[in-house]
Amino acid sequence: MSWKLWSLKKSPWVFHVNTGACNNCDIEVVNCLTPKFDVERFGIKLVGTPRHADALLVTGVVTRQAAPRLIRAYQQTPKPCVVFAIGACACNLGIFRKGYHVVGPVDKILREVDPNAIIAYVPGCPPKPEAMISGVIKALGAI
Amino acid sequence: MNDLLNNLFWILIFPGFVFTVTCGLLAGWVVRKVTALVHHRIGPPLLQQGYDVMKLLGKETLIPEAAQKVVFIAAPLAGMSGALVLATLLWRNNFATNIPYLGDVIVALYLMAIPSLALILGSSASASPHAAIGASREIKLVISYELALVLALIIVIIKAVGNSKVTGSPLYLSSLAAVTPVFSISGMLAFLVAILCVQAKLGYVPFDAAEAETEIAGGILIEYSGALLAIWQLMQTILLIAFPLFLVTVFMGGFDAGTVSALLLSIGKYVLVLVLLILIKNTNPRMRIDQVMKFFWYYCGPVLGFAIVLAMLGNAYGLGWL
Ligand code: SF4
Repeated sequence: MSWKLWSLKKSPWVFHVNTGACNNCDIEVVNCLTPKFDVERFGIKLVGTPRHADALLVTGVVTRQAAPRLIRAYQQTPKPCVVFAIGACACNLGIFRKGYHVVGPVDKILREVDPNAIIAYVPGCPPKPEAMISGVIKALGAI
Repeated sequence: MNDLLNNLFWILIFPGFVFTVTCGLLAGWVVRKVTALVHHRIGPPLLQQGYDVMKLLGKETLIPEAAQKVVFIAAPLAGMSGALVLATLLWRNNFATNIPYLGDVIVALYLMAIPSLALILGSSASASPHAAIGASREIKLVISYELALVLALIIVIIKAVGNSKVTGSPLYLSSLAAVTPVFSISGMLAFLVAILCVQAKLGYVPFDAAEAETEIAGGILIEYSGALLAIWQLMQTILLIAFPLFLVTVFMGGFDAGTVSALLLSIGKYVLVLVLLILIKNTNPRMRIDQVMKFFWYYCGPVLGFAIVLAMLGNAYGLGWL
């Protein structure tokens, strides 16, 4: 494995993108940083801008307003980067499936601009922090 | 030729780049670990800071289309060189006291301003509104703390003038390293203010308005990514050694590595300053930029003025503890 990927696994910095979540997933994401779960143990750090990020945590269905913003945030993230679709909504629209404002799940939107995007799914409504941590670890192990 | 090689060795290997960065990465880990302990967390592994820099070096470097590219790329390099020369200067002054002149406190003062100026230049060149806000805040921050820092150093110099142990000019770093002003009232006041100035120079809470991740999304560093961000990180790493070392040199009698016990004592001094910085960082909320300015000018200024009077009285009447 190249040193680039190795060090990426050791310190994934994440940026949190809310594309239309009900805010419950967001609360669980923030929960991961609390003393109980402490993701800094794995070198995971929440950063304030996609330019510093190695992973995007996308929560919620992609709404019509959010789709172009999600694409821009993705394009501004330096590659290699991993996208995490957090929650049932982001993975496959969940309870908002028939909503008038919904354009699609995260993977469909991103694959339109970058067919090779690395996307990991963490289902649940909302997923438990344990599930998210195990998702991140598994995804990093797979690349 | 030999001189040139020697200088290069000092700056690049010991006590410059390699040595300082290694120590700085460890110090950076201490910062994160102690922060985690304050939060009742476990915190990152020992080599985390190293992984971070390594990863950033391996990532794609994006340069914004509208950016002023030359300045955008040159600013981190300039900032890091400034920090590097500062660190080398301080270490050399502490290790090789037999060299008569190796830069004085004024040189150190100028070198300490270079990283902030580089940050301001780099962020203004990046054509991002958030970075512009960050840059303007950084400028105001510099204006606020420089005055207090200079006043605090004046007290140290007055103390050195009154001390019979000082042989060279009282402006030389090596002669300042021979006195310990913290063991006097005025010196203690100056030290307390200087530690806050260093806090502001490092961009730590409560003086992190220029970076403010939750508010302006990383401010001055918002557009930097990949290798350029890694260089900024290295600069911060070097500064994390250089600034506390400056305080140790000027206020606490220098970093003496002559014998093992002296070396342990010196490391103790450095760690003391570092832990003070971390505790201030973790127990305070972020201040607005106007509050920072008021704090340094209206509160620290008069306190230091008072301390200067005390120090001069102490000199006039031969009272070392004043
Ligand atoms: S997955 Fe559930 S909790 Fe998460 S945004 Fe959708 S509805 Fe809310």
